[in-house]
This record gives sequence, structure tokens and C-alpha cells, in this order.
Amino acid sequence: MRGTLTVKGAALLIWALLLFAPFLFQDVRQIEVAARIAIFIVLVASYDLLIGYTGIVSFAHTMFFGMGAYGVAIALKQMGPGWTPVLLGSAAGVAVALVLAVGIGLLSLRVKAIFFAMITLAAASVVLVLATQFSQFTGGDDGMTYRTPDLFKPATKLLVDAEGKVLSIAGVKMNGKIAAYYFVFVISAVLFWAMLRITGSPLGTVLKAIRENEARAEGIGYRVVAYRTAVFCIAAGTAALAGATYAVWLKYTGPQTALSFSIMIDILLMVVIGGMGTMWGAVIGATLMVLAQYYLRDLMEVAAGATANIPLLPELLNPERWLLWLGVIFILLVYFFPSGIAGTIIQKGDKA
Amino acid sequence: MSDLFGKLGGIYLLPVALALIAFVLIGAPSSWLTLTVAGLAMGMLIFLMASGLSLVFGLMDVLNFGHSAFVSFGAFVAASTLAALSGWLGAPSILLNIAALVLALAAAIAAGLLAGWLFERIIIKPVYHDHLRQILITMGALIVAEQLILATWGGTPTNVPRPAFLEGSIIIGDAAVEIYRLFALVLGAVVYLGLYLLLNRTRIGLLIRAGVENREMVESLGFKIDRLFIGVFMLGSGLAALGGAMWAGYVTLITPALGAEMLVIVFIVVIIGGLGSIQGTLLGALIVGLSANYVGFLAPKLALASNMILMMIILLWRPNGLAPAAKGH
Repeated sequence: MRGTLTVKGAALLIWALLLFAPFLFQDVRQIEVAARIAIFIVLVASYDLLIGYTGIVSFAHTMFFGMGAYGVAIALKQMGPGWTPVLLGSAAGVAVALVLAVGIGLLSLRVKAIFFAMITLAAASVVLVLATQFSQFTGGDDGMTYRTPDLFKPATKLLVDAEGKVLSIAGVKMNGKIAAYYFVFVISAVLFWAMLRITGSPLGTVLKAIRENEARAEGIGYRVVAYRTAVFCIAAGTAALAGATYAVWLKYTGPQTALSFSIMIDILLMVVIGGMGTMWGAVIGATLMVLAQYYLRDLMEVAAGATANIPLLPELLNPERWLLWLGVIFILLVYFFPSGIAGTIIQKGDKA
Repeated sequence: MSDLFGKLGGIYLLPVALALIAFVLIGAPSSWLTLTVAGLAMGMLIFLMASGLSLVFGLMDVLNFGHSAFVSFGAFVAASTLAALSGWLGAPSILLNIAALVLALAAAIAAGLLAGWLFERIIIKPVYHDHLRQILITMGALIVAEQLILATWGGTPTNVPRPAFLEGSIIIGDAAVEIYRLFALVLGAVVYLGLYLLLNRTRIGLLIRAGVENREMVESLGFKIDRLFIGVFMLGSGLAALGGAMWAGYVTLITPALGAEMLVIVFIVVIIGGLGSIQGTLLGALIVGLSANYVGFLAPKLALASNMILMMIILLWRPNGLAPAAKGH
């Protein structure tokens, strides 16, 4: 049990750090990183429901994420700031995501896993092209900026002291930015907790059975296609909710932040780094990758500058080559640590 | 009714039916001819790119998400070769023109073969029979390959010069048909014929087809499927590189994103055609090429989604594609 405890401890520590993030890290960029981590934990965990728990490889996860984000963004843009557009937009985004997930699921989950991967890839690329083409709704390549509910304005006074000024607790001003951060945090935490419950429920056990031996699961009497479609819908809906939340936080939605294929690659990397088949692994993977995205590039820049006189090295360490290195790391991880950080620790620790 | 349909050629009539419907909808014979040649040429190029992917899957159950990297490699190698030989391209002598083109295509094929060999040994060998890790690893390899291309050739679009004798167009009636498209059409047909003869008339082809149908049985008869597989894999990557090289001349402006763009089309083609057979792949490629051109002309707004809709319809009708290879297991 030592391994499991270590992983759970690490994941809970990350959640605790996220809970107190505004008080621990007061830099704007650090709060940005914390919010991104929270969102991506949800996104990666929902993807892990597919790939890790059920053994389905989908490349359409960013598509669902983007649908939530675009739903909220279009609603806020058309109806102006307020809570109604946020709710309406997320509901619409989730609904579209669910309909599409049911369609894709019923059409292609009955055939080979590999067909499914190809079809989701094709669907995701079509949606990306459509989103950039219908620029009167989506803002095209530039995306769109919009205003969010007044509560999240930096000028909003959440708590006031005796003189009517913004109250500070431990040096942190209780303004709209804090409200926005906790909006993201609470939604992420609730969604993560819900997914954790799903994996622990009888449904989760059936999913694992399907992953391990599809024919046997079918033989015991579980309708594999129905279960697969159901989990695909759950994952799609969760991703759409995460996208909607992220759209509210960013106050901007565009192909680069919500739909691009590079987000899909990020999610894949996070799942594999953290460990497929453990919700706790998603927490670790998402945190490490987001931190790497924000800070490793700076480090590479410094390294490239420091080695400027040596041939070849600066070219390789150029921050623009960072995706190349991620790809190499990804391949090595799949070869040597297919169960990721969390999986490896659990196996090693539980054996000892 | 269905007997008659089968006797006339069955599903292989689909491209013809498509062309006939389009003829009625378009109305003008000259635009129809231009579009049909363009569609067939595009289909042939896509066939070159997709055939290897389909065969590799049929033989070894290996789906290579990195397949489009060979397409990009081929395109960029050919572009660089042509640029280096630009003196020959501009020369009035048609022999020098042809020599430059042949050299460029040969360089692309060689690059494809080499890349295919490396890819098979390093990336795919360790993960035979493990679909999940296969998809992940080949996807990772695609990222790495794309980044390598980006690092070598840079992110700005590269211009691809065409040999002078393939420039311009022939006028048939009042329809203009680009010579390059005719050339692509002929080249694709020759390659298809070659593949067909290889698979149906030679001993190696017999083994490949037997391997697709039942690998274990061929292995137990004492043939080394693994070695055969490397050969097929390299052949497929070489053809993909050739397709990429021809595609580069077709669009004349290429970026490192080319591979990822083609990957989706290639996937749609092999899904429509059915995995494992080159007849199916050709059929799928022609249907996709034709419908892309017709829809682009008739309803430009629909063009983006047309491939997707086509795939949905065909999958609803035949969940395993139009003409998949017969699988014994």
C-alpha cells in the first residue's frame, strides 16, 4: 500500500497547494499557472476515463473542450456579461458535445479501436477547420474576447474593511480576481471528485473489465457498446464543462487556447506522464506538464544562451525546439514507463 | 437488381456513378471534364500516400499514425532536389527536364525508403501487437518527425518549381486540362498496375496476400513474415514519399504542416476503402478526390465537411469500409 499512499499523498498535496494558491503565489503569472493546472487536471482525468480505464483512444477530446469554451464565449459575446449567458453557453456546449459523442460512439465504437482513433482524429480536424471558417460566429483564427460576469472584474470588492476599501487577508486583496480563481478551483475540484466517484463505482469496474477483456465482459452480459458510448459521453461532457470554465477564466477563446491539436498532444503527454488508469496520475501529469510549459521554455532559453559558443547545442536547446524534445520524451516514456509516474510508483511501492 | 449491380462491377462503379451524378448537376461538360481530371489526379496522389498504410495494417495489424511523416519528407526532399537542379528545369532541353524530375522523385523515394526502415526498426518493432502503445508511439514519432522537418526546412512556406514540360495545359474542346494532372493520373495508374501485378502475379505477392489473410498460418509454413513486413513497410513509406513529392508539385507551395493535413485525408480514404486491400484504397482515394473537386465547385461551403459526411455515410452502409481485405482470423 505504500506506493498508493505516496501517489495519493502527492496528488492531495497538489490539490492543497491549488486551494491556497492565491495566498502562496501572488504573482499574476503564477495564478494563471495554478488555474491552468486545475482545468487541465479535469481535462486529463476525463481523458483518462477513456484511455486508461476503458482502453479507448480518442483524438477528439480537445474538440469537446473547445465546444464548451466556444459555447460560453459565443453566449457572452452575443448577450453581454452576466450569469445567464454563462449557464446557457455551457449548457449548449455540453449538449452539442453530448450529441456528437453519442453519434460518434454509436457509429464507430462497435468497430476496432483503431478505427475509432482515426475517426475521432478526422472529426476533430473538421471541427477545427469549421471553427476557423465561420468567423462571424467564432472570430476565426483570432478568436474572441468578451467580458465575464461583474463578480470577476478585478475592481469588484468581494469583502470590504471598516473604511470601505478592499479587505486584505494575509496580504491578498479580496477582489474579483480571487473570485474568478475560486470559481475555477471549485468547479475543477467538484468535477474531479465526481470522476473519482465514477471510477470507484460499479460502472468503473465494468469499464476496467471491458479494457481487460472485451469478449469476456460481453459474455458475462454487459453491453460493451452501450458502456463505451456512455463513458465517451461522460468524458465529453466533462471536457466541455472544463472548457466552459476555462473560457470564463481566460476571457478569451480562440483556436489556439481551445481547439488546436497541440492541446490534444498536451493531454496525451499528461496522461502518459502521470500514468494511465489512475485518476491520481492525472493530477501529477497535468501539474508537471503545465509547470514545464511555463518554466521549462525559460530554462531552455537560458541554456541556449549559455551554450551559444558551442556548435549545435544552442540550436537543439532553442525554445522553439521544445515540442521536439517533448515528442522524444513521450516516445521514451511509452517504451520504458508505460504506466507513467503514478503507475510506476504504485507498482514499485506496493511490491516492497 | 443486386445481381445486376454486382455483375456490372459492384462497388467499383461508385466513382463512375459519382461522375455521372456530377455531370448532371454541373451541366457544363467543359467544367465537368476539368473537375473530373483534377479529381482523378488528386485521387491517384492520395492513393500513392494511402496504399502503404493500408497494406501495413492488413499484414501486421499495425496502424502507423506517423505515416504522413513520409509524405512530408518526400515533399520536402523533392522540393530541395528540384530547387538545386533549377538550372536543368529551366533548360529548353526536355531531356534535362525529365532528368531533373526523375532525380527528384527518386530522391524522395530513397528518403522514404530510408525513413521507413528507420521508423520500422526504432519505433514500431518494439510495440507489435499492442495497439494502444502503437497509436501513442507513432503519434509521438509524427510530432518528432514534423519538428525535425520544421528544424531543417524552416516554418515559412517553400516554393516548389515544376519542370517546364509539365507546365501549362491541354485544351480539349473548350476544357483546359492541366498537363501536370494528367501526368499525376498516369503515374498513379502505373503504380497501381505495378502493385497489382506484384501482389497478384509474383510469389512475394502471394505471400503478402496470404499473410494479410492469416499471418500465423503463413508463419507456421516456415516463411518469415517479419522480414516480409519490413519490405512492405518500406515499400509503403517509399510510395508515400513519392505521393508527397508529386503532391508538392501539385500544390506548388508546401509547409511542414503538410503531413498532418494529409494524414486526415489518408485516414478517411483507408477507412472508406477498407483496410488491407489496394483495390479498396484506390476506390476510396478516387471517391474522395472526385467528391472533393465536385463539392468544391458545386457547394464551396460544404467542401470542408464533405469528406467527413462521405465517411459517415459509407460507414453506416458498410462498417468495415467498401472493400476490406478478407481476414481469416
